[in-house]
Amino acid sequence: MRILNLIPLLIIVSFVVFMFVHIIPGDPARLLAGQDATREEVELARSVLNLDKPLLQQYFIYMSGLFVGDLGFSIKSGASVAQIISDRILPSLGLTFASIVWATVVGMLIGILSATFRNRWPDQLGMLTAISGISLPNFWVGLVIIQIFSVQLGWFPTGGAGSWQSYIMPSFALGAGIMAIIARFTRSSLVESLKQDYIRTGRSKGLGKGSIVFGHALKNSLIPVITVTGLQFGFLLGGSVVVETVFSFPGLGTLLIDSIQFRDYPVIQALILLFALQFILVNFIVDIIYGFVNPKIRYD
Amino acid sequence: MNTVTMESPKDLPKRKSRMQKIVKEITRKKVTLISSIFIMILIIAAIIGPWITPYNPAAPDYSNILSPPSLAHIFGTDAYGRDIFSRILAGTQISLSVSVSAVLIGAVIGTILGLVSGFFGKLVDKLIMRVCDVLFAFPDIILAIGIVAILGPGLRNVVIAVAFFSVPSFARLVRGTTLEVKEQLFVESARSMGASRRRIIFKHIFPETLPSIMVYFTMSIGTTILAAASLSFLGLGADPSTPDWGAMLSTSRDYIGSAFHVVFFPGLIIFLTVLSFNVFGDGLREILDPKLKD
Repeated sequence: MRILNLIPLLIIVSFVVFMFVHIIPGDPARLLAGQDATREEVELARSVLNLDKPLLQQYFIYMSGLFVGDLGFSIKSGASVAQIISDRILPSLGLTFASIVWATVVGMLIGILSATFRNRWPDQLGMLTAISGISLPNFWVGLVIIQIFSVQLGWFPTGGAGSWQSYIMPSFALGAGIMAIIARFTRSSLVESLKQDYIRTGRSKGLGKGSIVFGHALKNSLIPVITVTGLQFGFLLGGSVVVETVFSFPGLGTLLIDSIQFRDYPVIQALILLFALQFILVNFIVDIIYGFVNPKIRYD
Repeated sequence: MNTVTMESPKDLPKRKSRMQKIVKEITRKKVTLISSIFIMILIIAAIIGPWITPYNPAAPDYSNILSPPSLAHIFGTDAYGRDIFSRILAGTQISLSVSVSAVLIGAVIGTILGLVSGFFGKLVDKLIMRVCDVLFAFPDIILAIGIVAILGPGLRNVVIAVAFFSVPSFARLVRGTTLEVKEQLFVESARSMGASRRRIIFKHIFPETLPSIMVYFTMSIGTTILAAASLSFLGLGADPSTPDWGAMLSTSRDYIGSAFHVVFFPGLIIFLTVLSFNVFGDGLREILDPKLKD
């Protein structure tokens, strides 16, 4: 049922991205044929790109290409876009995964500590960390930690994705904002749970603080935390473009920026679609997890 | 005519006391107070900054390049020998006006869409919300990058791109409040008295949505400053020669190894600015929306 609801959204999103190549200024056919191409060459490029066909037919060609993994060809290198993307996708996924994992673990820990020691110094420190994390420009964090840990201390490589060590600093810079948001939501959600009657019951039965927080309250606080993690995933995808640029990380983000500088529209188009699909997919998964964590919610 | 004279004396003291209450609440919490003072300094700097810079922010001084912070140049100088403090001061206007105007455009369009969507419901509502869903499917920065890729780089296009991705959030927020307010008794009575739909929307429903719009507006300024700085950093925003904060970081990153201060200070000011808007927004939310207080 949920999947059925998703289909119209996917169709509209793909159409919007498809239209991208039609609203850009300039003629994509001329761009492909080159600056000093003859009229015939431009026309040839136009038919290669199917731009001479009616718009709807073009959309169908584009969509049927998508289903078999045909995303067109790069204007810059002539290689297939699917190939270019598949070379870059693994480092990016690794980076995103590393960021979300540490951000969730640390964010929830800070949130739990803050809620347990509400209005005392661990709470104040935790929330100060959180609001600073949301306010930090991730590219600046990246540049500062490169200066400290690579240039001065020499602990980590300044960029690239050659070894696991080269993932540490980018995932730190990328995850800091999400960590902060998760910490704030865990705290407020847990504070809310701790006010409930069943917690008072537990306390009156003589349960310890740890058992109350971890055994009872936390489970019920997870739902908003999961939702917000899903929503913030988009923030992570966007941030990856910036952070990858800072660390010269060979992922999809740097590919996007390179392609924009070269006006390599087929690659830009495919990447924007891919980012949107990832975001939709993650929110879809979050919806499903939601149902598992809280069986009261059933989609029917 | 009678209604006008009857309304104003009753409304005026109430509104004034509410404003006074907000100001009192702001001064009560220390962090909110500090952040509001910092924001005021920023606003003053944005207005008069370009006239009070100690050095000409655009004039190169090749005898004095990349010099570290000193008494003469408290934030040091950049790769062209330009005073970094003067550039940050002059750039306050650019950075603040870009984000404030982007959020303002987004808020106005989003609020109107939200009011219309929530008030009229049915097909209009479905259509507007579907468009919002589509916009939400694209991560903010990716959407902005896509728009800048279409329109070309430059600050004006950054404003358009950032305004674009702020619209759906405001629309959704305002729609939610509109749906709640619409059912309340005073709207019902206004309707029964024959008030026009436009009057009901703008005179009765809109004021109720204002507190949450104000909170979200303040919070959005922080996010927007970050987004605009990110775009400039990626080379998609401000022209590298302008003293925009993001552009300053972008042009100076090549010198980070030899002169850390060229990167440190512009980033620090972005951080402090965003932080104070976020802290202030948090404080404002606690005051205007007591439901969220814990």
